[in-house]
Amino acid sequence: MLSAQELGIVLLSLKVALAAVAASLPVGIAVAWLLARRDFPGKTLLDAIVHLPLVLPPVVVGYLLLVAFGRGGALGSALASIGIVFAFRWTGAALAAAVMSFPLLVRAIRLSMEAVDPRLEAAGRTLGARPWRVFATLTLPLAWPGVVTGALLAFARSLGEFGATITFVANIPGETQTLPLAIYSYTQVPGADFDAMRLSILSILLSLAALAVSEWLVRRHAGGSLDA
Amino acid sequence: MLEVDIALRRGDFHLEARFSSGAPIVALFGRSGSGKTTIVEAIAGLVRPRSGRIAVGGRTLYDSARGIDLAPEARRVGCVFQDALLFPHLSVRANLAYGERLTPRAERFVDRERVIALLGLAALLERRPRTLSGGEKQRVAIGRTLLASPQLLLLDEPLAALDAARKAEILGYIELLRDELRLPMVYVSHAIEEVTRLADHLVLVSDGRTIAEGEVAELLSRTELQPHTGRFEAGAVIEARVARHDERYGLTTLAFEGGQLVVANLDALPGEPVRARIRSRDVALALDRPGAASFQNVLEASVESVGGAFGAIVDVHLRVGATPLVARITRESAERLGLARGVKVYALVKAIAIDRRSVGYA
Repeated sequence: MLSAQELGIVLLSLKVALAAVAASLPVGIAVAWLLARRDFPGKTLLDAIVHLPLVLPPVVVGYLLLVAFGRGGALGSALASIGIVFAFRWTGAALAAAVMSFPLLVRAIRLSMEAVDPRLEAAGRTLGARPWRVFATLTLPLAWPGVVTGALLAFARSLGEFGATITFVANIPGETQTLPLAIYSYTQVPGADFDAMRLSILSILLSLAALAVSEWLVRRHAGGSLDA
Repeated sequence: MLEVDIALRRGDFHLEARFSSGAPIVALFGRSGSGKTTIVEAIAGLVRPRSGRIAVGGRTLYDSARGIDLAPEARRVGCVFQDALLFPHLSVRANLAYGERLTPRAERFVDRERVIALLGLAALLERRPRTLSGGEKQRVAIGRTLLASPQLLLLDEPLAALDAARKAEILGYIELLRDELRLPMVYVSHAIEEVTRLADHLVLVSDGRTIAEGEVAELLSRTELQPHTGRFEAGAVIEARVARHDERYGLTTLAFEGGQLVVANLDALPGEPVRARIRSRDVALALDRPGAASFQNVLEASVESVGGAFGAIVDVHLRVGATPLVARITRESAERLGLARGVKVYALVKAIAIDRRSVGYA
C-alpha cells in the first residue's frame, strides 16, 4: 500500500486542491454572474483577465505571483503584517492552483447561468424578490450543474498544477511538494522510476474519483428537480 | 384606477402609450408585435420608459418628472405570462409560496386555501412543473401571482399557448377571480372573443401606439377602428341579463336595453349579467317583420349609418333601443332596401349564431 511519505504527498495535494476550490468558488460564481448577466464598461477586459491563466505560460503566472505575493512583494508584505503568508507555504500552492484553475471554474458556471431563462428571474422580481434573493433562490439553483462541473474541473486542474506552483513556492517536501512536484522530483533522481510510476497511477486514480463524484452530484440534482 | 402615459424606445421600436381606466378589467388589444407586451413590462417595472408616468390606485410607480422609478419587487404588480414561467426546480407548493413568503403578513389579503380551492390546485401541490399540462401550469402561475397579494394583476396572453378546451377553462377561472377577489386586471390579448368576454374597458394598440380606448361595446362598433379590431370578426357587444331558461328546448332568453335575445345552451342563472357578442355577418336585415321563419331573434332597430360606398360589402350600424348593433350585408341589398339613416328595420339574428364562446359572464 501507500508509504507514509506517499500518503503525506496525497493528503497535501488534496488539501491544496480543496483549499484552492473553496477559496475561488465564491469569487468564481460572482465573476460568472457578472459576465453572464451584467453589462458594464470593462466587461471585455475582465473576461480577458479571467482567461489569461489559460493562455499564459504557467511559469509567468508563478513569477507574477512571486513578485506580488512574495516576501518582498507589495501585497505579500502587506498580508504578512496581518499574519497571512503565501511565500513557500502550502497556502501559496493553493493560491497558484486557484489562479490557474479560475478560467475553467468561471467558464463552466457562466455557461450554465446564461442558460437560465432571464424571464424566470423577471418573474421572481415581480413576485417581490430583490435581485439578491432572485440570485440565491433561482439563478444559482438552476445553474447548479454548471457550478458542480466548474468546481470539479478546478479541483482536477488544481491537483495537476505544476509550473506556477514550483515557480511561486518552490518544491519543498511536506510543505509545497504536491503530487506533480513529487513525480517531477523522482524523475530527476536516477533509479526512482518505480516511485514516479506509483505516484502517477495514484494521480490517475484521484482524478477518476473526482470525475465520478461530480457525475454523481449532477445526476442526483437532475433527477430531483431540473427539467429534462 | 390605472393611469399609464409613457414613451419608450427599444432599438428601432418606439412606443407611446396613454390610457387610464377605473374598470375592473382593462384589455390591451392589438396584433402581435404591436407593443402590448412592452406596455405590460413597463407597468411591471421590467423595462424602463424614457419618460412618462405610471400610477395604480393613486400610487405612483414611475414618474420621470419626479424621479420615481420603483423596482419591480416594490410595485406590487403581479404578472401572469403566456408560458407560465413556473420555477422548474421547485414543487407547485413551493412555487405558490414563493411570492407569498415575500409579502409582509399585514399586506396579505389573499388566502392561500381559498386560492388553492378557487383554482383547483389541491391535487397538484406536490408535483413538479414539468409534469403539469399547459392549463395546469397556467392555473399554478395565476395562483402564484395572486398569493403575492398584488394590487394589480397583469395577464399577458395567458391563453395563447392553450388549446380551446383549456382556454375556456382558464377564462372561467379568470372570471371567477374578477368576481371573487375584486382585483383590478390588465388583460393582454389579440383574440377578440377573450376581450369581449372579460373586459369592460378596451385599449387598442397598433404599431407601438394606443390608438383608441373606451367601452368594449362602443369601440368594437366603430367602423374606422375595424382595421384594428378585425374586419372578419367585427361585431357588436350587448350587455344583457339572463331573463329565463326554457329547459325543454335548451334556450335562454337575455334581456337588454331595447329588447330580448334568445340564445342556445347557456349555463347561467336568471338575473346574472352577461355579455353577448354578435358578429355583424350573423345579422340580416328586413324591412317588414318576416312571417314564418326560423329566426329566433327579430329585433326592431333603426339605421344609424351605412358605411363604405365601395366594394361589395357594407356595414350597417343600427340601434336597438339604446344598444348598438352592426349588420354586414351586400351593398346591393342595402341599396335595394333603401337603407339610410333613420330607416326602421328588423334585425334578424339566429339564436345559434351566438354560441357559448361569444357569451361571457359580466
